[in-house]
Amino acid sequence: MLESIDLRAIDWSRAQFALTAIYHWLFVPLTLGLSFIVAIMESIYVKTGKPEWKQITKFWMTLFGINFAIGVATGIILEFQFGTNWSNYSWFVGDIFGAPLAIEGIMAFFLESTFIAVMFFGWDKVSKGFHLASSWLTAIGANLSALWILVANAWMQHPTGMKFNPDTIRNEMVNFWEVLFSPVAINKFLHTVSSGYVLASLFVVGISSWYLLKKRNERMAKRSMLIASVFGLITAVFLAATGDGSAYQVAQKQPMKLAAMEGLYQGQNNAGLVAFGILAPDKKAGDGKDPFLVHIDFPSLLSYLSYRNPDAFVPGIEDLIRGGYKPEFDHINPLEKGQAFSVDEKISRGKMALESLKRYKEAKVNGDTTGIRSSLEMLQQNFPYFGYAYLNTSQDSVPNVPLTFYSFHLMVYLGFYFILLFIVILIFLATNKLEGKRWLLRVTLWTIPLAYLASQAGWIVAEMGRQPWVIQDLMPTMAAASKINPNAVVITFWLFAAIFTILLIAEVMIMVRQIKIGPKDGGTR
Amino acid sequence: MFENMSIETLQAYWWIIISILGSVLVFLMFVQGGQTLIYNIGKTEIERKMLVNSLGRKWEFTFTTLVTFGGAFFASFPLFYSTSFGGAYWVWMAILFPFIIQAVAYEFRSKPNNLLGHKTYEWFLMINGLLGTVLIGAAVSTFFTGSEFSVAKLNITQMADPTISRWEGPAYGLEAVLNWRNVALGLAVFFLARTLGSLYFMNTIADHAILARCKKQLIFNTIPFLVFFLSYVVALMAYPGFAIDPKSGEVFMESNKYFHNLLQMPVVLLVFVAGVVLVLLGIALPVLTFEKNASKGIWYAGVGTILTVFALFLLAGFNHTPYYPSTFNLQHSLTIYNSSSSHYTLTAMSYVSLLVPFVIAYIWYAWKSINKKKIDAAEMGADGHAY
Repeated sequence: MLESIDLRAIDWSRAQFALTAIYHWLFVPLTLGLSFIVAIMESIYVKTGKPEWKQITKFWMTLFGINFAIGVATGIILEFQFGTNWSNYSWFVGDIFGAPLAIEGIMAFFLESTFIAVMFFGWDKVSKGFHLASSWLTAIGANLSALWILVANAWMQHPTGMKFNPDTIRNEMVNFWEVLFSPVAINKFLHTVSSGYVLASLFVVGISSWYLLKKRNERMAKRSMLIASVFGLITAVFLAATGDGSAYQVAQKQPMKLAAMEGLYQGQNNAGLVAFGILAPDKKAGDGKDPFLVHIDFPSLLSYLSYRNPDAFVPGIEDLIRGGYKPEFDHINPLEKGQAFSVDEKISRGKMALESLKRYKEAKVNGDTTGIRSSLEMLQQNFPYFGYAYLNTSQDSVPNVPLTFYSFHLMVYLGFYFILLFIVILIFLATNKLEGKRWLLRVTLWTIPLAYLASQAGWIVAEMGRQPWVIQDLMPTMAAASKINPNAVVITFWLFAAIFTILLIAEVMIMVRQIKIGPKDGGTR
Repeated sequence: MFENMSIETLQAYWWIIISILGSVLVFLMFVQGGQTLIYNIGKTEIERKMLVNSLGRKWEFTFTTLVTFGGAFFASFPLFYSTSFGGAYWVWMAILFPFIIQAVAYEFRSKPNNLLGHKTYEWFLMINGLLGTVLIGAAVSTFFTGSEFSVAKLNITQMADPTISRWEGPAYGLEAVLNWRNVALGLAVFFLARTLGSLYFMNTIADHAILARCKKQLIFNTIPFLVFFLSYVVALMAYPGFAIDPKSGEVFMESNKYFHNLLQMPVVLLVFVAGVVLVLLGIALPVLTFEKNASKGIWYAGVGTILTVFALFLLAGFNHTPYYPSTFNLQHSLTIYNSSSSHYTLTAMSYVSLLVPFVIAYIWYAWKSINKKKIDAAEMGADGHAY
């Protein structure tokens, strides 16, 4: 039956969304973090009145502006793509999802775009205080826009505050505050923006290291490094804490994603967290093979992190498919309290939900009141599994395990490495021995790409790990797409790939040149 | 406050907000118009630099308004978002591409080592100015001329083929340019944007040579603007339009529908006429009188543009008119009633809309503080940020 869904259009739409999101996310984290770092530097200038701090601020602001422009360019496509490529999604949940996008525009984008103009063009035109306020407002605007889009994303991972309306055939918002203050949203926001702060800090310390290696602009470099490594250390520790919070949320709301992150096929009590592991390449759920070629675990840690209880049972991929285990959290669906459903059971319930929706509509047309009542009851009972109707087999509920697993572990390793690096830099800065440690300066410089890698890996975990869902349990990606000619999407995919790649190369070349030019007056005046 | 309003009132309120955003967007497209004039008005490198920099302080507002227009449309009328964007794929993509290249063009243009060279970035601005205006104008015109789409919500129960909104033609929106009326509105918006662009330069740049060339461009562009705009309006009034039968809710073709709308909504007629008069006044002022008035033209023409476009949006959506008609099946046409968000969401968003005056206030304040002095050649060479 599903064969006739045009998977080519869907796959290319997914590829296009992934491409544009990945490119956008190359620029956004630096905007989120560097805007604050620049505002902090300018605050020091206003407080001390020393012109060298103005030069430092202006130098980093130049790099901020170059990065900001291309972030804007890649962002506009993302918003409109919900409509162009995911039209079914846009209707099915637009009543909830559209609101944060609109609020993002009204509340955040105007703030950003108004005050960024003052930031760049206002130096000699407005008072010092107003200029400083503009720099802070730009940073706040950028971070506010992150809040709203992440609220929207969190809602897809954990739909809440809404009710399905069978008359309009869509989900409708019933509680705005539940959407905004969903624990998934709060955690996702904090984790994501702090990852931006860490990336921006690594960017600043990395470039400053280059100046120290080249023995030029050393005063500026060391001052920048001090600000960025303090900011970086604080936010990196916070990043680890919110990462823990995110995993706790995933364990409750997206157990399949958690199992994929850990390569956990067979659930266990006292489940260990994989410290290091290599997955068996041909492993399939239910084939009885060992999922790992090698692995070293921290005993009971996964149970503890997921449920705050070292003895807790963490269901594996096969348990989630098979059902029958007792879920630790009882909020999921009262029907599953005590015994989780199998995916096959969920599929048949999803189909019942679809069928009863059809019956409800027929009964409505015929004015059949008993039919309306019975189909409605059936629909409500099975709606939590609505999206499962579109799955072919229970295997379709499993995301790409190796990609999720390796991305997750890479992200975590790098996160801890960043904390360590900031500590080491701060120690050498405090003891005034940094210039002599050329190996450390080189390592710091080459950590910049690692920061980007970790940041992208985080999104791969979040977005690949939740497949097949575009809205958890309610709509799979394949039911969300527009009905357009796949060739049209192939063409736009390559157009985006080409233009974004060219612009990225231009951006990097401009950035590198500006770094080589360095601050005006050498930043030492 | 809003929660006690009826859903119909909220739908009307949101159509007004969409109309305001749409009309402000058309006004702000003076940036796009200005971008296409860089070579016509700027004859030397420094002159072009002044032109680019005067636009460079405003382009983000146009861009942000476009994004907010999209977001607000999504939040208030999601069925339009899914139907139009997901169907007229090529038109929307062709609108978005030029905005991607615009966003980097200002910042990258004059930076050393920028890979493509400053001429390429100037071409990016020209392409954005041409395609952005013509296509947005043509897309808005389909509010009056209709498109080939179907909407069947029960499709979602077909597991193998669940898409609700479908485009029923092979060109995915490109067919819109085969209708001369859509093209006429597109070109009217293009020449209007160039007219407004010239007026904007007169307002922000202190340079005699530029001022003289702006005046010439003002006349050159006003003429085609008036030809395309007036023929569009005459056709709009004369052609049959899409109407909803208030009793049965059925959509049918009514002769002179939009003319009837004007007569039946005298306030809209008044706004429309006032808008057109103000646009003409704004153009005439710097042409007929002398230099001291050159700066003021943009304000009259700007307010006039906003009023005129606002009236056009109200003609499209109010008075029992489907704002996004389907020529494939009239009964699938989108109205502000069948395509909107729920009462709850419209209420929540209405509270958010109260922020808009506050947003306008700080934009105004920030603009004023950095625009105290006109741009001149001296500033371009000074030690500041310049594009």
